[in-house]
Amino acid sequence: MNHWYMLTVVGEDRRGIVAHLTHALYEGGCNLGEASMMRLGGNFSIMMMVQTELSKHALDDLIEPVIDSLGLHAHIDRIKGQLHHHHIPDVRIHVNGADRAGIVSQVVGALAEAGLDITDLETDVGGTEQEPIYIMIIEGHAVEGIESLRSALQIVTRDGIDARIDEIDTMVG
Amino acid sequence: MDIIKYPDPRLKQVSAAVDNFDDQLCDFIRELEQTMRAGPGGVGIAAPQVGYSKQIVIVDVSSRPKIASHGCMILINPELTHWEGLAVGREGCMSVPDYTGNVIRAERITVQALNERGEQQEFACEGFEARAVQHEIDHLQGMLFLDRLVSRRNDLFKRKVYQKK
Repeated sequence: MNHWYMLTVVGEDRRGIVAHLTHALYEGGCNLGEASMMRLGGNFSIMMMVQTELSKHALDDLIEPVIDSLGLHAHIDRIKGQLHHHHIPDVRIHVNGADRAGIVSQVVGALAEAGLDITDLETDVGGTEQEPIYIMIIEGHAVEGIESLRSALQIVTRDGIDARIDEIDTMVG
Repeated sequence: MDIIKYPDPRLKQVSAAVDNFDDQLCDFIRELEQTMRAGPGGVGIAAPQVGYSKQIVIVDVSSRPKIASHGCMILINPELTHWEGLAVGREGCMSVPDYTGNVIRAERITVQALNERGEQQEFACEGFEARAVQHEIDHLQGMLFLDRLVSRRNDLFKRKVYQKK
């Protein structure tokens, strides 16, 4: 169990992908670390940390039957398997507005300049086809404090974007 | 004292009520408090977290700025007699290292409990302090915040939405 890989699998969504994929990995002697599966615009996507003694090539061979039979695409990278070092976020930012190109870049750019280190980001498109809305939730660490992020958001929200920032005060008991 | 860690089965036990209010109890509480303060960022502790299955909880959020606090509360045989409002908040636990997650708790609670001398007391807590009390009382029922996790995703749950006026 020497190597850690990031296995990325994407394709058209259908039932049973995760079950088939993880079965193949388990049968091949692999161990899983952290993983995140999301359905993005109807497409299946998963990223999973895989620990194994196999080479990258051998891991590719191991999952190939599942990948091919389900019409998926896989990508494998060697990574450092840094478990047990979670960064605790201290802010959560909610952004929403009428969908248009540039929202993510504008908001995240301003926040990065104001000292935000992002630990988690997800975006969604809701509303109707005629009037789509964009929703983004970001968690992160406010390196220069929350007020700095607030000021940055105020400038961005002048352009018709709604945003609010909440402190995440983690209660450890 | 050492903090026991999930999945130690002792964390799943229901704790018994305390009925002897003696020096031994006071000594235990002092040690429990020291253990809480030694933990990283710990604002509360329950006796089962050190493997002692009795209904004893300590909560002290007074080190946090800008929040309502009753100082160091010793809660023995505690009981929630009233709760209202719901809020999602992030929690961690000394018995579950390197993981934090979102949990829904009541925003305002009233807790009745005995102190270390066996005297009845009552506290009305809100926000962060109320969250800490609920988290610790859960330990006495063999519940961890892991048993109450809600998804970090799709968190379009505004904190104040369910708040009563």
